[in-house]
Amino acid sequence: MKSLRALVLLCLVASPMAHAETLVTSLSRENVLIQSNFAGERLSLFGVIDRGGDNRAPPGAYDAVVTVRGPRGAVTVRRKDRFGPMWLNLDERRYIAIPAFLEVLSNRALPLIAQAPLREELRLGLDAQVPQQIASRAANDPRFRDALQRLRKEQDLFRESASGVKFIAPNVFQAAIELPGKAPIGNYDIDVAVFVNGALVARGTSSFRVAKTAVEQTVATLAADHGVLFGIGMSILSLFIGWLASVIFRRD
Amino acid sequence: MEIYLPIAEMPVDVFLILGMGVAVGFISGMFGVGGGFLLTPLLIFVGIPPAVVVATQGPQIAASSMTGALAYWRRKAIDFKLGGVLLAGGLIGTLLGVLFFNQMRRIGQLETVITISYVVLLGGVGTLVSWESLRAVAMAHKGPVKRRRAGRHAWYEGLPLKWRFQRSGLYISVIPILFIAALIGFAGAVLGIGGGFILVPALIYIFRVPAQIVVGTSLFQILFTMLAATVLHASTNHSVDLFLALILMVGGVFGAQFGARTGAQIRSDYFRVLLGLLILSVAVRFATDVLTTPKEPFSATLTETVR
Repeated sequence: MKSLRALVLLCLVASPMAHAETLVTSLSRENVLIQSNFAGERLSLFGVIDRGGDNRAPPGAYDAVVTVRGPRGAVTVRRKDRFGPMWLNLDERRYIAIPAFLEVLSNRALPLIAQAPLREELRLGLDAQVPQQIASRAANDPRFRDALQRLRKEQDLFRESASGVKFIAPNVFQAAIELPGKAPIGNYDIDVAVFVNGALVARGTSSFRVAKTAVEQTVATLAADHGVLFGIGMSILSLFIGWLASVIFRRD
Repeated sequence: MEIYLPIAEMPVDVFLILGMGVAVGFISGMFGVGGGFLLTPLLIFVGIPPAVVVATQGPQIAASSMTGALAYWRRKAIDFKLGGVLLAGGLIGTLLGVLFFNQMRRIGQLETVITISYVVLLGGVGTLVSWESLRAVAMAHKGPVKRRRAGRHAWYEGLPLKWRFQRSGLYISVIPILFIAALIGFAGAVLGIGGGFILVPALIYIFRVPAQIVVGTSLFQILFTMLAATVLHASTNHSVDLFLALILMVGGVFGAQFGARTGAQIRSDYFRVLLGLLILSVAVRFATDVLTTPKEPFSATLTETVR
């Protein structure tokens, strides 16, 4: 049993090697630091497809799909419904392990790059990344999942772009990762898949981190770990500002 | 100019928030109310998470009432004993309010609770103040207003635990005062409002406290209730945003000064009509929100993150 598993594992590891291509990626930054003037950031990912000394032309043009995923968490999607004369949140579905940020970049539309079953298997595209799976016992309802994607797209937290990857040379590409200002704090992983004629030929991963800088982090840590002290500090600050204003504007 | 809010975890335009602070401070200085009932919906509209907005109102209202209370203190227009009783009630209400707030947030009905409370509270108070002041304006043309005769008391004034409040010239039971104060403290913690717009009419119409003492005493009580709300929110839901509060405070205290000067030039009965209509219009805005078919019936909230 053990040897069989090892064999399967070996095949999995070896399978990309069956094609001649290997993928080398480089990210413009590995740490995105949030300062008080942070309003989003653009990262560049460069990828080079190395054909391992094979000088013959590839059987077709390369396609690349870059998937960027932020920290994952549970999301509750609620729906308002009529309740007498009012509209209230009456129905909800809870989705687990939804990335707080998700960007799928490619050089052309995903259906042109790979067939649906392969895309599903490799989890390419927003649809494949947002699981069907719900945590609550309520019946599955695709409207909630669609709403989740729609809402996150409106907030610029989910993005799918068929022009986000550009080939600079036949085997060199660049992907532009757009982090919005409200990009969540945490670790991001990047998955890069390269295709030729609808078949996966190489795959690579990379990652980066979004973190607050000293001041922002200190404030946040203080607020989270020393709530009472933070509250007292805020109170003193507001008393001081109130007193200061009364001194500045005093007329009598 | 954008600034990143460390607790809300999003960037906002400093001048937009500052402008809101000034505008709301202006209105608050003009009418002697905290202005939280205007600022909370504005900030939620900008996209700041409601939990952060409500929790951050505390320090902002505390700062502006500190300015106001100091001015009244210099004029000796604060009844500290009455203020202390109001404070005791307010603290109980605030504690219950913060607990209720966290519970509602957990079950996902916070937004609904906030909206409905706004409609009921603002609608009620707005109607009362508008009605009362419109009648006063009408009466002013007819002759002197009938006053209740001395010695006659409402039932709630005769309840046990009667105390004497010398500065306000009152001798009444503390039970109804504690009750009203607790109610306002509760509303303050849940809705992120100081409650001045409820407390001022309540002290004038229900307890007949002299008008010159009312505003100072109410500011005194709001100041301490909001300080307590700040500490409670900061220690239970960690949603008080330092930077957001700072911008609002600076804008608010400036606006309040100009508002107070403008307010002094308006005739007092028209002034109350204006205040009533202002409160009513906010109530109507919220009512349409909950009563009309929403454009987007869905909402998505992150409930837990793995970092």
